[in-house]
Amino acid sequence: MTGPLTAPRVAVVVFPGTNCELDAAHALELAGAKPDIVWHRRAELDDFDSVVLPGGFAHGDYLRTGAIARFSPVMGPVGEMAAAGKPVLGICNGFQILCEAGLLPGAFIANSGLSFICRFVEVEVSSTASMLTHAAAAGQVLRLPLNSYEGNYVDPSLTGRVVLRYRDNPNGAQGGAAAIANEAGNVVGVMPHPERACEATLGSEDGMILLRSFLGAPRLEPTRSR
Amino acid sequence: MRVKVEIVRRPEIADPQGVTVVRALRELGFGEVAEARFNRTIVLDLHGTDPVSAQARVEEMCRRLLANPVIEDFEVQVLEP
Repeated sequence: MTGPLTAPRVAVVVFPGTNCELDAAHALELAGAKPDIVWHRRAELDDFDSVVLPGGFAHGDYLRTGAIARFSPVMGPVGEMAAAGKPVLGICNGFQILCEAGLLPGAFIANSGLSFICRFVEVEVSSTASMLTHAAAAGQVLRLPLNSYEGNYVDPSLTGRVVLRYRDNPNGAQGGAAAIANEAGNVVGVMPHPERACEATLGSEDGMILLRSFLGAPRLEPTRSR
Repeated sequence: MRVKVEIVRRPEIADPQGVTVVRALRELGFGEVAEARFNRTIVLDLHGTDPVSAQARVEEMCRRLLANPVIEDFEVQVLEP
């Protein structure tokens, strides 16, 4: 891909209990971005082109995954960026937070097998109409690490657009959804960890395709007024 | 004032814990168990003594935070004042 002239500035948000912010910042930097780790009490993200909510256990996952994090001050500007068509990515716990915040449809329940899944999985690019997947090829198979207990996606509204689909659906997710995009495609949640598959020494570099896509994505037209 | 909140996952949403417990109960000889569902109970102690106001306030708490409207319903019961 052709990189932007200036490195995109990405906010990597840390909630109490987030634990993947360093991996995410490292991988984003490798992918050509200028990431900054920001605390969840921050009430503006004016300096940033895009935002990533990394994985972990925000607010201890108490009540429900993402239920408390949704009310952190930073979620105000995250919602504004989402509405303005800027790229917003939630990884694992970040995906759960985006669902709780209503920025993506659906919710998460315990894996169908009730075990914490920690292994590489294969996902297929089922739609390229999203910030995360537009630089990938439709049908392309990517190898990414999955690391979650509540990765079982449910969407009674049937409005979530699946952009990555598990090949073996290890957690029972509805429609085999490993990643979901909003209608405009600028807000994406992904359950496996692309940021942990960005160097050969980690066992896969496939995550780089997704992160570069996320960073190189043109801004989409706003879908609703702010 | 004490208020009990019952968070109930909608019947059409799977309950993997319930499925596993049904399997275990059947292995123990309780073959009559058709289904098990896990609810979440939260007991709140509130300042104030007006049960009508408490009911309304706690229902608002459920809508804002305690229940996820995508997959859960809730029942609010005012217990002893």
